[in-house]
Amino acid sequence: MLRAFTLLLICQLAGEVTAVLTGLPIPGPVVGLFYLLIGLMMYRTPTPWLETTSSGLLKHLSLLFVPASVGLIQHADRLQVEWLPLMAAVIISTVAAIAVGALTFAAVARLTGHPAQGEDHKP
Amino acid sequence: MIANAPTDIWVYLAQTPLLWLTVTLIAYGAGYIAFTRSGSNPIVNPVAIASALLIALLLITDTPYQTYFEGAQFVHFLLGPATVALAVPLYNNLPRVRRAALPMAAALAAGVITAVTVALVVAAALGAETQSLLSLAPKSVTTPIAMGISERIGGLPSLSAGLVVATGITGAIVVTPLLNLLRIHDWRARGFAVGIAAHGIGTARAFQVNQIAGVFAAVAMGLNGLTTAILVPVLASLFF
Repeated sequence: MLRAFTLLLICQLAGEVTAVLTGLPIPGPVVGLFYLLIGLMMYRTPTPWLETTSSGLLKHLSLLFVPASVGLIQHADRLQVEWLPLMAAVIISTVAAIAVGALTFAAVARLTGHPAQGEDHKP
Repeated sequence: MIANAPTDIWVYLAQTPLLWLTVTLIAYGAGYIAFTRSGSNPIVNPVAIASALLIALLLITDTPYQTYFEGAQFVHFLLGPATVALAVPLYNNLPRVRRAALPMAAALAAGVITAVTVALVVAAALGAETQSLLSLAPKSVTTPIAMGISERIGGLPSLSAGLVVATGITGAIVVTPLLNLLRIHDWRARGFAVGIAAHGIGTARAFQVNQIAGVFAAVAMGLNGLTTAILVPVLASLFF
């Protein structure tokens, strides 16, 4: 676990440094994700120690959103006035984006000859 | 320090990170138990329950958010390494992901543009202020990315964070019934769509339902982080 966590932090740190030095508008952790992916592609050996830690972190991914979400408390005044436009925007755009994303994916997969095979398909 | 009365203990504990970190984990635990007891019904969302409990507690105890965050930041911090860790399921499914490169590129472009423009058009039509609109624009990407974009374009990062979570919960609730209704049976398409629209919370939901859907959601979330980080500042400079 210690080894895996160190590796994750090294990748994130390298990502942050890259993002700052290059001035790219890409967030550091996303660059870190690519560094780790490239590392795994070059290493090509199973890494059970990394699997355990990363699946542990990802299993409760939604917990990590709680502190930021409680931050809404700071915007009580604004939300009292603007709750309707903001809520409507969130709900309508999320439904639209899921529908458009999934329909586009399925249509292009069919057109380019990469339809769902075997396990890809929901029974 | 020796405390004499319950109020002294409270005053002491309320100033340490330990109290609010522990309370955050307990609140999430309560939300998670409610979620599993409901038979994993996505409407019983652990993040929504935990946030509501914590907001109520902060209001009752008259605790400023800054004090709360001094404890909760340790949980918040893990969003960074967790984002990096998404490389692992992505690597494990690389051949499957590579095969779907074209459908992914098309769905990414269509989904991101839909998420941002529909949100801005609806909110503007219903009379939201400019600063609210700027905070709303990056709401489909994961919290740290959304807060960074919001800050850069003149929004309110903490408002963006709240809208990000509201978006994630909405996506987690609607994705299964919506895509059943649209008769999309491809796990890759289902996962990818919820990853674009509803980032980490949608991805967590996708992993609960199906492993392949989860992997594609994780890929979509990473790609959307990149796309939105580049696209939203450009759109914002055009419209505002």
